[in-house]
Formats: sequence, C-alpha cells, structure tokens
Amino acid sequence: MGLSADQVRKVASLARLKLSEEELAALTGQMSQILDYVAMLDQVDTTGVEPMVHAIELRNVFRSDELAGSLPRTEALANAPRTDGKFFLVPQIIERE
Amino acid sequence: MSSAGRTASQTIAAFRTGETNARDLAEQTLAAITARDGAIGAFLHVDREDASQQAERLDERRRSGQSLGLLAGLPVAIKDVLCTRGQPTTCGSRMLKDFKPPYDAHVIERLRAADALLIGRTNLDEFAMGSSSENSAFQQTKNPWDATRTPGGSSSGSAACVAARMTPVSLGSDTGGSIRQPAGLCGIMGLKPTYGRVSRYGLVAYASSLDQIGPFATDVAGAALLLEAISGHDPRDSTSVNRPVPAYSQSVDQPLAGLKIGVPREHFAEGLEPEVASVVRGALDVYKSLGAELRDVDLPHSKYSIAAYYLIAPSEASSNLSRYDGIHYGHRTEAFKSMAELYAGSRGEGFGPEVKRRIMLGTYALSAGYYDQYYVKALKVRRLIRQDFDNAFADVDIIAGPVTPTPAFKLGELVDDPLAMYLSDIYTISANLAGIPGASIPCGFSKTGLPIGLQLQAPPFEEERLLRAARMFERATDWHLQTPPLS
Repeated sequence: MGLSADQVRKVASLARLKLSEEELAALTGQMSQILDYVAMLDQVDTTGVEPMVHAIELRNVFRSDELAGSLPRTEALANAPRTDGKFFLVPQIIERE
Repeated sequence: MSSAGRTASQTIAAFRTGETNARDLAEQTLAAITARDGAIGAFLHVDREDASQQAERLDERRRSGQSLGLLAGLPVAIKDVLCTRGQPTTCGSRMLKDFKPPYDAHVIERLRAADALLIGRTNLDEFAMGSSSENSAFQQTKNPWDATRTPGGSSSGSAACVAARMTPVSLGSDTGGSIRQPAGLCGIMGLKPTYGRVSRYGLVAYASSLDQIGPFATDVAGAALLLEAISGHDPRDSTSVNRPVPAYSQSVDQPLAGLKIGVPREHFAEGLEPEVASVVRGALDVYKSLGAELRDVDLPHSKYSIAAYYLIAPSEASSNLSRYDGIHYGHRTEAFKSMAELYAGSRGEGFGPEVKRRIMLGTYALSAGYYDQYYVKALKVRRLIRQDFDNAFADVDIIAGPVTPTPAFKLGELVDDPLAMYLSDIYTISANLAGIPGASIPCGFSKTGLPIGLQLQAPPFEEERLLRAARMFERATDWHLQTPPLS
C-alpha cells in the first residue's frame, strides 16, 4: 500500500516531528515499503484469537497506599533545558490583554 | 595474568583469594580499554576516577573483613541505556547528550550491591533501535574480528568490549535480538532472559512489552553469574515477576541427561546462508554426540514475526518516546514560536533517522482507522507465535538454530535499506514477542574468519536449563576460547 507525501506529512504532525522535505520524501518511500511487507499479516487467519498485549499475561499489580519520598525538586529539575529553580519554563501559551 | 584475559569466574576468584586486589583489576581493565578501544569504539564514557574509587572502597572492605558480594571485583561495562546516577546516560542520542539521571536503574543497584566494578558506558544504536551501531549519534563501533564489519546491534559496544577482552562481562538490552545478534556476530555468549525476570526500572524504554536486560560474557559461567546478580522481583516495575531466582552460577556445570533439542524447520529455510547452516548443523551434531536427541519442530508463524514486530515495537516506541518534548529533559530547539513548534523542532533536531522512522511507523499504526488493521492484528499474530512455541516445547526441552542468517555484514552495506536491516533479526525476534529466554553461543567461524552463533531457546523462566545446555556445548568445544587479534 503506497503512502502519499501528504499522508506522511500528517503523521509527522501527529507525532510532533519536524521533518525536512528530504526526510519526508525518504520516509514516504520507506514507510510504503515496510507497510507492503507487513501486509503479509493479512494472510493469517486470526478469527477468535485474543490480542496478546504483553509477553506475560498480568493481572493488575497494586502497591500499598502509603506515603513515600519523591525526587527532590532540585534533582527533578536538574536536567531541564530551562527552569527558574522552581518550575519548568515553557513559552507563553495564553495571550495577555 | 591481566584481568583483561581472565573469565568472570577467574577474576572473582583471583580477588577473593587475595591473588590480586580490586585496584589492580580496575587498572588492568582501564589499561586494556586505553590500548584497544581506539580501534573498536565500544565505549562512550569511561569514568576512570570513579572506577578507581569503587576499587579502593572494595579493597578497604576486604581488608576490614566485611562480607563480599557475588560479583566482588568483577569489572562490568554497561549499555548506555541504563540509568546510572550522576553519570551520562545518552542512549546513543543527541536528544540525551547531556542527560545525567538522578537515580540508578534496578540492575545498577544490584551490581553495586554485588560489589561489581562499574567501568564505563558502551555505545549502542540510538534508543536501542538498530542492528549495526550505525544509528548511534556519536560513534561507530567496529567488529573486533574485522573492523570493516558491524559488531551487530543495538548493544554494539557491550558485545564488542567483551569480544575484545576489555571486560569479561557487560550488560545489554534485547528488544528484538539486541543481545543475541551482536553476541553471535562477535563470537561471545549473550543471554536474553524471560520477560519479567529482570526489572526494567531505569532502563530507558523503547518497546516496553518486549525490552529485557541481560548479560554478555566470554563464557557461560560469566553469564550465569551476572544473570543471578540482576534477576529477581522489583516492586518498581509492575511487569517484574515475583518468583525465586535459582543459583544459576552453582548449577551451570551440571550437564543435562536425556536432553531433547527441537530444530525448527523454518529456521533452516530460504534466506539462511549455506555456510551458516553448515556450521550450525555441525553444532547440533556436537549435542548429538553428547547424548542429546534432535527432533524436527514447526514454528509455522515464525515467518510473520518481523512483520508483527515492526508494528508492535514502533507503536510502543511512538508512545514511550513522546516524553522527549524539549521541556522536562533532553534537547530543546532554539527556533520556535509556539509550543507545537517547540515540541516538533526539539524532536526533529534531537532524534536520528531510525528513531524518526519508528516513531512515524508507530504513530501511523496507532492512528484512527489503522489501529485494528495493523496494531491489533499484529497482537493477534503475536499470540499465535507464542502458541507455536508452547506447542513445540510440549515435545522438546530446548529449541536450537542459527542466531542470524549471515555472519557480520559490512558497515554501510544495509544502512540505506531499512527492511533488509530488519531481516537480520529474523531468528531472534519471535522470542521477544513470545517472552521466552534465548541465548547465543559461539559455535564456529565462516571461511573468512567471522564468528557464527548458535541460538538456544527455552520455555519461560527456564534460564537454568538454557545455561546448562549452553555449558554442555562449551565444555565439548573451544570456540569460546578463540579471541580476535588483540593489541
């Protein structure tokens, strides 16, 4: 199944990935080739087969509801590209009057 | 004897008996890295000062008569995808070039508790995505047997540093074959444990339902020691399984009587290089001569494993890698006008081509309209692949076959053909989908002198059986004693 350049551009926007025109062109061909390959799964009769989400089938795992320590703020912020020492800094998203 | 020539067991014994001390072991390891790694490029980061301090503390503890851990004095190299407090953890990505985690991964805590010496961080394909190390943002690791060829991937540096005898053991991670494939191409032992056997806490996630951490070693006993040290329950990983850890290092030398080995017809079909087939058949004959019985088995859905994997793994990757947003940690672009541009620009600049390809595939497979057709379909086929293994293991104890269809390919040979690169994992990927353990052990060489691996697979949580079967072969052969030319 061939993908169009516009479809790939749409996926890039959903994935929040800025791609150059060259990258988009290469990915259009490569993704089409890979999707052609995975189409072989259509040959498999999966009627009545439950999807297997995990390699070991787990029940819910709970921990006891007890207070525990968390990462100190300085350490939580230590790897942030921008911070004021208290918060992560991001560009303004709400217009001022 | 230099620590760089010793096996893991010999190194630990030399330290325990007082034949050597931890400072000398650390220094010999660092000297071997200095001498050899320029040609190999296995390490991204070696903290000589920290390694020396660990060694001094260990020597002091031995002097004061304190008890010593299972791995006391053993130098271990770590794939740079496992968080280590205060040390760079780059995942081979520009995105995390300056990232230093504020905590240790579970396996790092275990290694410290076992008194291992953490020597350095090894190169990998970016975020563990790849089969050749060509996707690392920083450097190209070379195969110690032939520098024009790939060491395999994604745990490229961890395999190459053990093959080149810089450390006796290392840790890697295996999502679709990333331990077994490079172990096979570099001629060493590599083991992917059962999913859930080793906690993934602190392993930077690629595909959470497939990732598993495991050991590389120059011999089977080394892998048994390392696996024993890192296995076991961890409440911080909800997929970590709570069951006892056998003393793998104690039982590994006991041969298995009446061993029944399944040989999958599908793993000896079209696509397998005749030279590899013949070496692997020779290895199976060795088992026969040791009293094992060989039986043909069928894994009828194995031909769909790559297709299922390249829908499931990218889907999980697209979700896991959404955390790299340029805000909490990692690279942030300079050029943006809005939040959306900040996200997209940071990710576009920080990620390399293979990571982008997988995020794109996963985003597509999970998008409205395609979710059932691709993602859910792949999950159903995954169950059929698992059922094939369950059926086969009703009849045999171990499944054996090739690790890869060819010996190590040339660097640059497959880099522009992602699908061909993906096919190099065709025999390893189904174990990740099924969650079962698998190992690669050296079993011969190509005519041009490249190592060829034998893959052994076992039912879930039968690592003990896997290690004992691997050791049976190792005792009867000397492939594991062959080393590449070392400076």
